[in-house]
Amino acid sequence: MGSSHSMSEEIQELAEKTGFTSEQIEHLHRRFKQLSGDQPTIRNLRQESDGLADEINFEDFLTIMSYFRPIEMNMDEEQLDHFRKEKLKFLFHMYDSDHDGKITLQEYRNVVEELLSGNPHLEKESARSIADGAMMEAASICVGQMEPDQVYEGITFEDFLKIWQGIDIETKMHVRFLNMETIAQCH
Amino acid sequence: SWSLGGGTPQAPAGGRARSCPVRVMGPAERSSGDGAADTFHIVSFRWHHVQDPYIIALWILVASLAKIVFHLSHKVTHVVPESALLIVLGLFLGGIVWAADHIASFTLTPNVFFFYLLPPIVLDAGYFMPNRLFFGNLGTILLYAVIGTVWNAATTGLSLYGVHQTGIMGDLNIGLLDFLLFGSLIAAVDPVAVLAVFEEVHVNEVLFIIVFGESLLNDAVTVVLYNVFESFVTIGAENVTGVDCVKGIVSFFVVSLGGTLVGVAFAFLLSLVTRFTKHVRIIEPGFVFIISYLSYLTAEMLSLSAILAITFCGICCQKYVKANISEQSSTTVRYTMKMMASGAETIIFMFLGISAVNPDIWTWNTAFILLTLVFISVFRVIGVVIQTWILNHYRMVQLGIIDQVVMSYGGLRGAVAFALVALLDQNKIKAKNLFVSTTIIVVFFTVIFQGLTIKPLVQWLKVKKSEHREPKLNEKLHGRAFDHILSAIEDISGQIGHNYLRDKWTNFDRKILSKVLMRRSAQKSRDRILNVFHELNLKDAISYVAEGERRGSLAFIRSPSTDNIVNVDFSTPRQSAVEASVSYLLREKAGSVCLDMQALEQRRKSIRDTEDTVTHHTLQQYLYKPRQEHRHLYSRHEIIQNEDEKQDKEIFHRTMRKRLDSFKGTKLGINRSKKHNKIHKRDRGQRKRNSNVIPNGKIPTENPVQNFTLKEKGNCCAKEPGIDNPVFSADDDQSIYVKFPPWLSNEDTVVPSQRARVQIPYSPNNFRRLTPFRLSNKSVDSFLLADGPEERPRTFLPESTHM
Repeated sequence: MGSSHSMSEEIQELAEKTGFTSEQIEHLHRRFKQLSGDQPTIRNLRQESDGLADEINFEDFLTIMSYFRPIEMNMDEEQLDHFRKEKLKFLFHMYDSDHDGKITLQEYRNVVEELLSGNPHLEKESARSIADGAMMEAASICVGQMEPDQVYEGITFEDFLKIWQGIDIETKMHVRFLNMETIAQCH
Repeated sequence: SWSLGGGTPQAPAGGRARSCPVRVMGPAERSSGDGAADTFHIVSFRWHHVQDPYIIALWILVASLAKIVFHLSHKVTHVVPESALLIVLGLFLGGIVWAADHIASFTLTPNVFFFYLLPPIVLDAGYFMPNRLFFGNLGTILLYAVIGTVWNAATTGLSLYGVHQTGIMGDLNIGLLDFLLFGSLIAAVDPVAVLAVFEEVHVNEVLFIIVFGESLLNDAVTVVLYNVFESFVTIGAENVTGVDCVKGIVSFFVVSLGGTLVGVAFAFLLSLVTRFTKHVRIIEPGFVFIISYLSYLTAEMLSLSAILAITFCGICCQKYVKANISEQSSTTVRYTMKMMASGAETIIFMFLGISAVNPDIWTWNTAFILLTLVFISVFRVIGVVIQTWILNHYRMVQLGIIDQVVMSYGGLRGAVAFALVALLDQNKIKAKNLFVSTTIIVVFFTVIFQGLTIKPLVQWLKVKKSEHREPKLNEKLHGRAFDHILSAIEDISGQIGHNYLRDKWTNFDRKILSKVLMRRSAQKSRDRILNVFHELNLKDAISYVAEGERRGSLAFIRSPSTDNIVNVDFSTPRQSAVEASVSYLLREKAGSVCLDMQALEQRRKSIRDTEDTVTHHTLQQYLYKPRQEHRHLYSRHEIIQNEDEKQDKEIFHRTMRKRLDSFKGTKLGINRSKKHNKIHKRDRGQRKRNSNVIPNGKIPTENPVQNFTLKEKGNCCAKEPGIDNPVFSADDDQSIYVKFPPWLSNEDTVVPSQRARVQIPYSPNNFRRLTPFRLSNKSVDSFLLADGPEERPRTFLPESTHM
């Protein structure tokens, strides 16, 4: 831990890196402590480790949370664009489980199956066909007309951006970071 | 609620029942038309006998005809909102009636308005309310509805009182409480007017839902304020105690929450009832209307907020009712609701105009009227600005200046205010006529002037408009993914946010509510993603057929050998032999089409014609049955659910699926060795096809075709036993079964057309999404596109009642 002086330095660093205010960082730190049971890291609770880290420390935690920051009113075009790209990149990585830079059909299928797994009446087949349909749709947006023999490998990040072009993600993809203290204490 | 006590017709000035729209005749008068009946009259003119319903019907007819006339001129309707035109028409008609009779015999009575004209409009709004949007912005809406309305009422009433004290208005017999009462009824934003005007403007959905939601939910506030101040006036200003004030505040909560609960209870009842209406399909739509109307009346009876009741009844029952009732009933409900709402709106505006032509009530006080107009506008702007400033601290999507301008400008007053002011008791409130006149002027001003100018204003300010996008599967999927991710993040960060709440509600709904309220068959297939997927599939299927037809041949084929490249000769466009295009028929009504066999047979001259005949036979057989002789089966108590319809759909789906399996089979890697995990894009129709097509050289002999025709004739009026066509299946190549996994080749195959064999066509059209989709046998979905799923982009606007 160290002296309070280096703490605030750390906080400063983190603030610059992630864009949170120092107040928010302290809130999140408290929450982090709650979740981790006062340990320095949060353990991965899932049985299978899908290539994800087993533990994350506070910095990682903050980084992830920073993707969900709301947009500020005073951002200019470039910042907004950058912001949007960051968020989409985050999403992309969630889909692309083997991190090869492309979302292949199989990965997409996995995602769809998981998304629709909440509905007990849905058969796996249907989930599959939906994934296929979505993939074809994506292909049509990204590549347009394809030669009959052309093969579509997978969705790359640029294609992903293209798919998301008209759709407003900034407003959907964030969480309010207000009054976390009261809620955290209630928990 | 609007106490009926205050609604009895006033002691008319001229001894005439001027506040009744129609005269109610006693039984004694009915026979008065007969006069001196000394002989038998073959025909007699019995006007009084039919007077009441006749006049009502006549007015409805006039209003509807007026709408037709308005829409003849597109230029006018583009600029002037329909409501304004109707008011002007009403003024005109009122003038005629006045000139003819010198009495104002038709006015908009509060009773008729609150019992018959307002409920359909509000029910329509609630039933088609975009729930997610509504509840997502509920905090904002509530703030504007409650605090905003109270603010408007208080400031308007008090400022008018203040000005009155200075004497500018002259000597009016109005006390403070009267001013407050007037303020409370003129303060409320009116749902009818907002709907009428905003519908033509198409602002973005968030803005619309805020203004519209506010107009609906402020009813509770208006009810309470109105009743409180009216009873205070009755008690007398001196006798009002603090207890009464507290009671007033308490009554607000009781009225609003009570109204909501009544609505929710009836919604529950309605959903439950529709679960069991499988065998009474004909009267299914009736339940929706009756039970919702009962919720309105019950709330009215208990002096709770009736508008809130019927709104929430519509909002809550939406999902379950739409899942439970049949497609036809759903369409019926939708159209009837729209028709009644639209009709009611038309009548309201017209009668607003007519009621204005009534010199008995006109009292002019320039200062009062002018100041009212000024005050309501100014205070609304101030109220909106302050509230928005507060809200922006809590909202994710901030409301900018332009939004605030639109919100202030869109605070229209309408018929509710007029009906309320007409309800006032002349004896208790001496200045009633002044109030009525002012209200009329205010309503006209907002509806006509603001309605006219809001469109150019919106364009000038470049307000973000509503977007109509094609529903994309990806969007739905990612949207779903978002919801989950956001819920997770909210959970992690320990917040109770919207997503968390929504998640909890969805779980609760799925585990408990849907099991109780939805039919079992509906539970399986209700999923938004599925709906969009299904709709897209059908769209593709239909465009596939349309394209094939456009090119002159419906070559439904199935490739026995999986590796060959497809080439179908679509290049020669030919006239279709049937009268109406197939895809048109599919779109319009599946299951009840009759192909004119005679017409086809007459053209059996060339081989190609023959083949087309055969193809059309195939089509007919596979997609729909010839129209059965239903006339003798007509009954008013049952629509015989076309048994074949289900079968048709099954056949259609199976056929399409087979067809696409064959696509998919070759392209998507059933052939594991080469094409694992890769997707080939279907070609779009415009590409020039390889024209070295060698059509299958087989020329069909006359025999099979004749056999087929005979068989068809025989089967024309009987149910098709199955989908095996012996003519075709004999040609089937057995070897195809080997190459396909069992789950694909289980069922009957579609047979290749004689001309195009062995080859899979490139899709003639944007064949992006057509993939096999397994439906349960009890599918409740239909491919009548007219009845689209909820997620159509258009539905964020409660569907237009301006047809």
